[in-house]
Amino acid sequence: MNKVPNNRAWWLVLPVFILVAFSALIPLMTVVNYSVQDIFGPGQGYWVGTEWFKEILGNERLQDSLLRQFAFSGAVLAIQIPLGISVALMMPKSGIKASLCLILLAIPLLIPWNVVGTIWQIFGRGDIGLFGWGLNSLGVDYNYTGDTVDAWLTVLLMDVWHWTPLVALLCYSGLRAIPEAFYQAAEIDRASRWAVFRYIQLPRLKSVLVIAVLLRFMDSFMIYTEPFVLTGGGPGSSTTFLSQTLTTMAIGQFDIGRAAAFSLIYFLVVLLVSWLFFTAITHLDKEK
Amino acid sequence: MIAWMNWTPTVAIFFAVIAGILMVMTVYEIVSPCTERKGFLPIATTRGDRLFIGLLSAAYIHLAFLAVSDITLWVALAVSVAWLAVLLRWG
Repeated sequence: MNKVPNNRAWWLVLPVFILVAFSALIPLMTVVNYSVQDIFGPGQGYWVGTEWFKEILGNERLQDSLLRQFAFSGAVLAIQIPLGISVALMMPKSGIKASLCLILLAIPLLIPWNVVGTIWQIFGRGDIGLFGWGLNSLGVDYNYTGDTVDAWLTVLLMDVWHWTPLVALLCYSGLRAIPEAFYQAAEIDRASRWAVFRYIQLPRLKSVLVIAVLLRFMDSFMIYTEPFVLTGGGPGSSTTFLSQTLTTMAIGQFDIGRAAAFSLIYFLVVLLVSWLFFTAITHLDKEK
Repeated sequence: MIAWMNWTPTVAIFFAVIAGILMVMTVYEIVSPCTERKGFLPIATTRGDRLFIGLLSAAYIHLAFLAVSDITLWVALAVSVAWLAVLLRWG
């Protein structure tokens, strides 16, 4: 069997390739170029080699920020993926109730990031916000502007509120695509509810879960606007995530060379983690 | 015209080498198409997968050298090339 595949269809990818070249590849090359120079202005760059990288790798503020970012993304995935799946499992299968659920779920997704931040900023306040006021009157000492744990929980809660619906909607569409015959067969075998979930629904959800995990990881890893509006990165720097540190460096201090080196390290981390997720999930099947 | 972008020859060489590698791999693939196989890596990989893993780990090798030592990066480059070769052959 010596079949030679016909690869001519690759030419159809060319327009997308050109588009991506201008939207991603060339800007990325620019970043690489900036990362080895000290840029003072247009046409005024000085070659510094790997100095920025060395400095970034040894910078404690950035290391803290990176650790914080991993903790946040980990928490986001650990909460949102199981929660999203359970919401999808509990949703009605058809009829007006299903439509109603879908609309309700989609509402948080339609709200712009900065508005989400503002909503939660007011919602969590002790004096005029329902959430903050309610907790305080229940006797809970809650103050997201002063307490690190409270600030973290609020940012996390906000993200869960904003993005769990995405996971739920993806899983819901995955669940709806399972043919009824699978469930009938399971019923004949007297499979338990857990067995149905474990051996029918979960394997069938795998492809949408890959997308959900990747999307949620990338989005939470790049989170900027919501914590910026809600806490401004505080108290102290306890909710300052990577992109906020990066923005402060690049735009606030106009430290383009250092920011470029930092972006590249950031990019490599995202690339590695995304690749690991993707490979792990797509290869689970093949191994069996 | 694009002088304000401060392009440097070193970065140009870097990307030219990557573009070169991709082109060589494309030609190699056309001349002798590869099949997925299992090496010492825990997953079955194609030639392109191994190249990607090699390049990504090369980036991390360079960063590790920068982070923990003052040795010249040519050593890191040599280590990366050797690792890439091992990966492509036995990975």
